[in-house]
Amino acid sequence: MSLKGKAAAIGIGELKPIKEPGDLTALGLMARVAAEAIADAGLEKNDIDGFLVGVPFSDPGMIYPAAAAEVLGLNVRMLNQVDIGGASPAGMIWRAAAAIDAGMCNAVLCIVADLNKTGDQRVPVISVQREIEAPYGNIGANCVYAMIAHRHMHEYGTTPQQMAKVAVDQRTNALKNPLATFNDRALTIDEVLNSRMIVDPLHLYEIVSPVSGGAAIIVASPEVAKRAKNPPIWLLGAGEYANHSSITYAPSITESPIKPAAEAAFKMAGLQPKDMDLVCPYDCYTITVIVTLEDAGFCKKGRGGPFVMEHDLTYAGDFPCNTHGGQLSFGQPGLAGGMSHVTESIRQLMGRGGERQVKNAALGYVNGNGGIMSEQASLVLERRS
Amino acid sequence: MSEYYKPLPKPTPTSRPFWEAAKRHELTIQRCGACREYIYYPRTRCPKCFSDQLGWERVSGRGKVYSYTVVRRASSRAFADAPYVLAIVELAEGPRMTSNVVAPPDQVRVEMPVRVFFDDVTPEVTLVKFKPV
Repeated sequence: MSLKGKAAAIGIGELKPIKEPGDLTALGLMARVAAEAIADAGLEKNDIDGFLVGVPFSDPGMIYPAAAAEVLGLNVRMLNQVDIGGASPAGMIWRAAAAIDAGMCNAVLCIVADLNKTGDQRVPVISVQREIEAPYGNIGANCVYAMIAHRHMHEYGTTPQQMAKVAVDQRTNALKNPLATFNDRALTIDEVLNSRMIVDPLHLYEIVSPVSGGAAIIVASPEVAKRAKNPPIWLLGAGEYANHSSITYAPSITESPIKPAAEAAFKMAGLQPKDMDLVCPYDCYTITVIVTLEDAGFCKKGRGGPFVMEHDLTYAGDFPCNTHGGQLSFGQPGLAGGMSHVTESIRQLMGRGGERQVKNAALGYVNGNGGIMSEQASLVLERRS
Repeated sequence: MSEYYKPLPKPTPTSRPFWEAAKRHELTIQRCGACREYIYYPRTRCPKCFSDQLGWERVSGRGKVYSYTVVRRASSRAFADAPYVLAIVELAEGPRMTSNVVAPPDQVRVEMPVRVFFDDVTPEVTLVKFKPV
């Protein structure tokens, strides 16, 4: 069994992140990006017969998919929520392909939208984390990724300069992305390192900014893809893995479950990391990109720091990486932050990268990362010539 | 004395022996009767071999800093008294714990040896924290 070539992404919708959401609602944003994605694919709403949705933090509730589908006026043969944190969007793509391959549906709307209600980070609601993590101030993700960074520095000699380089190159990419939140000026390594220390060793410019927004992707059967407006972007490989929730109880905090997820994706695709024309690794923090490049096999374990210094990660460089700016410059509209890596890969492979188009991009690797390097979903995507 | 406003653990039937021992200023964790693995945090089955033959053992309270961060700006207002050191402590017996290292932040290092101490944060609750040796 394999999902190789069984379904393709044919349309995308994505909002420019919103800093002040006012009285917008997550469901309202979903309707906007759903309409955009359906039109982008050249389909009608009634062509959509599958629905995967991420539950917004700002509008949490069980039995959510039918409520959201009702708001959108969908009649669907398959519906579900995907709840693997920032890996949800990448995870939706293969789940959509699997449902299509199983004959359950033909065109799946994958959608996420969220509002950033500025204010206090909530104490975790999962009982075990509330009991053994929150009392010590392990709240939110910043502090935990900082611990990953410290351990990575200790084990491999990774430096603050190397981590800062990720933010700098991704910012260069964002300058050519009209949708990015931070696209008005370039950054230097010194500026990143002189920005405020939030959680040692991570500085302000190494940490995502929460914003509001949404994104949608249509995944379709080969038959539907034939009549799509855009060149279909085929799913060639997918892999998923999780082995912990809190990083404290992970087997290693510097070696992530990205490794088995990426290995499975490349194996299904019959390709290797070196075959990729562009790479979009989930980037909630600079260290996340370094760990992902190592664990996905783009460089040796522990060499992620030197790798990002030796390569140009910009759209015009020798290793195009997060050409939309990554979440670090695009912003993190809840789960739509993680969808930005998928939409950007699709956009680039369709040849719609505009000023930041990667030349001759035919193969892309995406990784979605949930929680604290916990849930991992890797995809290999292809545009066929 | 001002009221304690940070999140507090709510012990469950599974975890109560851990928190009760902490109140006596003892560090006890579970150990699997089948595979002999030490286990933290408290569970109903061994996460390694899935046995339910779990007992409690008092452990040394010695460990080292597996990793840490100095939280200078906390994500939660409850910790507005930042900076504080959040750490993953690896106990001598093997398991890792999320905790605090109470020391001047610039003196904390990865792999630094630490020992347990007990912080009676309220009359009912004692948190398990660590200090440099």
